[in-house]
Amino acid sequence: MTEQLDAGLVAGEIAEHPDALSKPYAGGELGRGRRRKEDAKLVTGQTNWTDNITLPGLLHMTVLRSPMAHARIVSVDVSAALELPGVIAAYSGADLADVQGALPCAWPVTAEMVHPDHPPLAVDEVRYVGDGVAVVVARDRYTAVDALEAIAVEYEQLPAVVDMEAAIAEGADLVHGDKGTNTCFRWPFASGDNYAETVAAAGDDAVVVKRRFRQQRLLPTAIEPRGVVVAPIAAADEYTVYSATQIPHILRVMLALVTGIGEHKIRVIAPDVGGGFGSKLNVYAEEVLALVVAKKLGRPIKWTESRSENYQATIHGRDQIQDIEIAATRDGTLLGLKVELLADMGAYLQLITPGIPILGAFMYPAIYKMKAYDFHCTGVFTTKTPTDAYRGAGRPEATYAIERIMDELAAELGRDPMDLRKQNWIRHEEFPYDMVAGLTYDSGNYEAATEKAEQMFDLAGLRAEQERRRGDNDPMLLGIGISTFTEMCGLAPSRVLGSLSYGAGGWEAAQIRMLPTGKVEVTSGATPHGQGHHTAWSQIVADALGVPFEDVEVVTGDTDSSPKGMDTYGSRSLVVGGIAIHKATGKVLEKAKRIAAHLLEAAEGDVEFSGGTFSVKGSPEATMTIQQVALATFAAHNLPDGMEPTLDSDYVYDPENFSYPHGTHLCAVEIDSETGFTTIRKYVCVDDIGRIVNPVIVEGQVHGGIAQGIAQALYEEAVHDAEGNLTTGSLVDYLVPAAPDLPHFDTGRTETPSTSNPLGVKGVGEAGTIASTPAVMNAIHDALRPFGVRDIAMPATPERVWRALRHDDGTPRDASGTVAYGGPSTNATSGGTS
Amino acid sequence: MIPAAFDYVAPTSLAEAVSALSEAGEDAKILAGGQSLIPVLRLRLAFPSTLVDLGRVDELRGVREDGDSLVIGAMTRHSEVMDDPLVRQYAGLLAEATATVADPAVRHRGTFGGALAHADPAGDLAAVALALDAELVAEGPGGRRTIAARDFFVNYLETALSPDEILAAVRVPKLEGFWGVRYEKFHRVAQAWAIVGVAAAVRMDGDTPGGSIAEARIGLTNMGATPVRASSVEGALVGAADRAAVQEASSSVAEGTSPPSDLGGQADYRQHLARVLTARAVTAAAGLGG
Ligand SMILES: Cc1cc2nc3c(=O)[nH]c(=O)nc-3n(C[C@H](O)[C@H](O)[C@H](O)COP(=O)(O)OP(=O)(O)OC[C@H]3O[C@@H](n4cnc5c(N)ncnc54)[C@H](O)[C@@H]3O)c2cc1C
Repeated sequence: MTEQLDAGLVAGEIAEHPDALSKPYAGGELGRGRRRKEDAKLVTGQTNWTDNITLPGLLHMTVLRSPMAHARIVSVDVSAALELPGVIAAYSGADLADVQGALPCAWPVTAEMVHPDHPPLAVDEVRYVGDGVAVVVARDRYTAVDALEAIAVEYEQLPAVVDMEAAIAEGADLVHGDKGTNTCFRWPFASGDNYAETVAAAGDDAVVVKRRFRQQRLLPTAIEPRGVVVAPIAAADEYTVYSATQIPHILRVMLALVTGIGEHKIRVIAPDVGGGFGSKLNVYAEEVLALVVAKKLGRPIKWTESRSENYQATIHGRDQIQDIEIAATRDGTLLGLKVELLADMGAYLQLITPGIPILGAFMYPAIYKMKAYDFHCTGVFTTKTPTDAYRGAGRPEATYAIERIMDELAAELGRDPMDLRKQNWIRHEEFPYDMVAGLTYDSGNYEAATEKAEQMFDLAGLRAEQERRRGDNDPMLLGIGISTFTEMCGLAPSRVLGSLSYGAGGWEAAQIRMLPTGKVEVTSGATPHGQGHHTAWSQIVADALGVPFEDVEVVTGDTDSSPKGMDTYGSRSLVVGGIAIHKATGKVLEKAKRIAAHLLEAAEGDVEFSGGTFSVKGSPEATMTIQQVALATFAAHNLPDGMEPTLDSDYVYDPENFSYPHGTHLCAVEIDSETGFTTIRKYVCVDDIGRIVNPVIVEGQVHGGIAQGIAQALYEEAVHDAEGNLTTGSLVDYLVPAAPDLPHFDTGRTETPSTSNPLGVKGVGEAGTIASTPAVMNAIHDALRPFGVRDIAMPATPERVWRALRHDDGTPRDASGTVAYGGPSTNATSGGTS
Repeated sequence: MIPAAFDYVAPTSLAEAVSALSEAGEDAKILAGGQSLIPVLRLRLAFPSTLVDLGRVDELRGVREDGDSLVIGAMTRHSEVMDDPLVRQYAGLLAEATATVADPAVRHRGTFGGALAHADPAGDLAAVALALDAELVAEGPGGRRTIAARDFFVNYLETALSPDEILAAVRVPKLEGFWGVRYEKFHRVAQAWAIVGVAAAVRMDGDTPGGSIAEARIGLTNMGATPVRASSVEGALVGAADRAAVQEASSSVAEGTSPPSDLGGQADYRQHLARVLTARAVTAAAGLGG
């Protein structure tokens, strides 16, 4: 092949710049550890964050927020604010009541679900600290902030409802008085054999272990807080909405439904977005308010969130109480699992608030074979910020509970916790496997991942060291934690979402545009906010079409240029969006092959495609590159009869199944028994995420994910006082760990391709977060088990650990007389519970 | 968040600064590195009428020797203090503690004087100043006066400075002879404030390592409304020659303290930590670890 592929077929004389033409495809794109295309502009500050956008005549909006968790609004007086120079407008909830609509919840998990009205600005009552009460619009941001202090609000305080269990107790104060209950929904799900009967049938041979775990509330803390800019063209009633969102496409539909502005009159752009972790998978009050106010005033409006606002008014994550019960026969064979879940909705239902615990429902049985499964979830209203999707969304909670209780069961049975897992997990030759919770796991190899992890970790060596040090009464306590997790990625087959009453489908859209010069534009509905989609998509397209990586441009995040999509969350981008792209390249090649055959005067069946070149079987000199075909198609002088002059192709892909990444994470901690401080000494993970498109991106996702999961185990907790105030309202008190607090991560991989999609990919966005929390907590409990410690709440702060190591009277516990793993099974109770 | 409006002056000499502060009246505030003040302004927890920015007063910056003391200008940044050769040689405890303050970004802006004037009992440097018997030099319209560290920290965020006085410099007596030092900071993440901190300096008998403790200085961070000097423990430590003796002497360090109970920890946990950390700090400073 020549150095440059000449344009050859251009009609007429055009002097081409040599760089305008493509170099030949060098091969090997899929699986190549490319640096991310996105990074050069990120690290040189050439990004386009929402807050950087300025427009002629831009006005600034600020939101006055409730300082009380629950109160009746007696009056809101904005008149003094309006008198300040530079203030253009100020509105209370009542002022906007007839135009602001209600914020949507797209996941009514049951027909009876209590779904309270959710006005973007509170009209009659405020129901959490941070609930919006009024907005100010001013010429500059300083004035807009100052003016908030001039607004007079009279509140009549109502009782805060902070604790979930108190909220559902008889006679509890109500969050929504008109609803008569704080229960949002009850969602029962029994699957497989009847749990109670199964346990009863095992009689004396049954061992049952029960635990209560708390998934503390977490604050998502994306590095870029939210922001929105709305640019109206008043005369045309058209609006461009820039938002720091994960979901421009869903947002467009929802803004139309909420405000009544035609969907075709709204363009949503997600510019560069600085992280989300699910917190930007939502439709927020400020997005609606900025739109409504921009329409009212006919002027562009900007709102940017401060970190304090972010902690009050952006959704929170987790916040569940899990009562879990596991049953096994005395030889360790699992019988079944029973889960009773309380899930804190907060004050209102945001986009998918009620669906989060339901997503978890399918993951409790994890990788283990069992016959009976009984799940029940109660959604509860409290006067706190609404919860919603946070990295993993339901699956980390489920994985934590099952992996923790597997360790507790092992202790109860006097078994090594890894052996107990091996006894019960699905063996690789058993896939595809129909799980008790109704999912079909398409592939997996838990043995391979675990074996590799055990070697990397030196599990046997660390256990030996632990035994020796326990014998020496070492005040530094060594603990070893295991997490053999799986999860479900690739949200989601639309029919499954339909069966769960979710309001939309789970497909993803892609389009490939072959440009005349042989360059390729790819649009994708999966909208990145830090992941590296543009790099990965370029690799997929380069590999499929045989064009250089540099020749592929990915276009995302604008409903004008990538009009169709379901956006980015739930590790779906590669598994759904990537497959849509892959399938679209197939359609391009199909068309290109017909045209190549035509131009090469060969039968289509004789034309082969490889490395970007079409050739004819048996005549080696008859070749055409895909770029030549693209140009010939553009010229359209000589195409097969009736053929459209374009190679451009769309694909909308709806997955048939979820994908099921899995892996084995092993963690060793050292606990200073004098202070309770936990240090992670060693962290090893072997993840099986199927085929890998770009190992560098994978490594980044795994590292960040593990860090976030460790954060839940050791550091982060949103704390509310009895009045419902968030006492961890800033980064001073809400402890987000940084590099110095985290260990080296020893990462490894096995590759068991998914059999449910043509690339064999599984997704990696949440794996680390899901796996690491139980690995760390199991290690801590392993260290403390000889002292009779049964459960430490997350985060396992030094103080909690220290207190767990003492009796109530303050004297230290000692390590005698309790069972270590593999030791004598002295306190396993027969047929009872522990 | 955005602070409320304020006037701003940036004098270039200490004299100008003193008069600017007086002229601006009661509601004026000094701006040093801004690392404590700016967050307070942004959260609208304070509404000063005028900020007098000391950032351009060069005479307030730097470290020099003056006989038996070091004189550290109030506007010397944390990053300059911790890397200063004189500080490392004669006030190693200060260098060590300063290196634990926040993160590099904060340390390049925050100042030694600002940290002491702010008088946050959770701050790391006040306990060190106390343990080192530092003297604080204040300049006001009535002239200059020197305040001993033990008289300087009056209450939570409250010092002996009057509103029209500026902290100009800190005199830190040199530690001469064989002193071992250690700052033990207990915090949950690296850039966080101390839950408890213990500053220890010990001089060994015969001015050589090993042997027994001849003199000890102990300052406690976040064990009350002000930094605490643990004088009784200092006495008890004299003569201690092994780890057990140090532990024994340290066990009374929390007596009489009233640490806060907050998100960082309950008071009894803090008192426990103070005992553990004091023993560790002294053991390490005295080289009795082995
Ligand atoms: C994220 C973060 C983490 C931090 N962590 C720690 C930590 O771990 N340990 C720690 O010790 N500190 C910590 N700090 C505080 C830091 O050390 C500050 O630098 C210090 O408390 C204040 O110094 P400053 O120069 O910034 O003073 P400023 O913020 O400018 O001023 C603080 C106060 O002192 C007054 N003041 C300042 N200088 C003078 C003067 N010369 N005369 C009279 N009054 C004066 C001001 O008027 C103001 O009231 C942290 C700060 C941040 C932002």
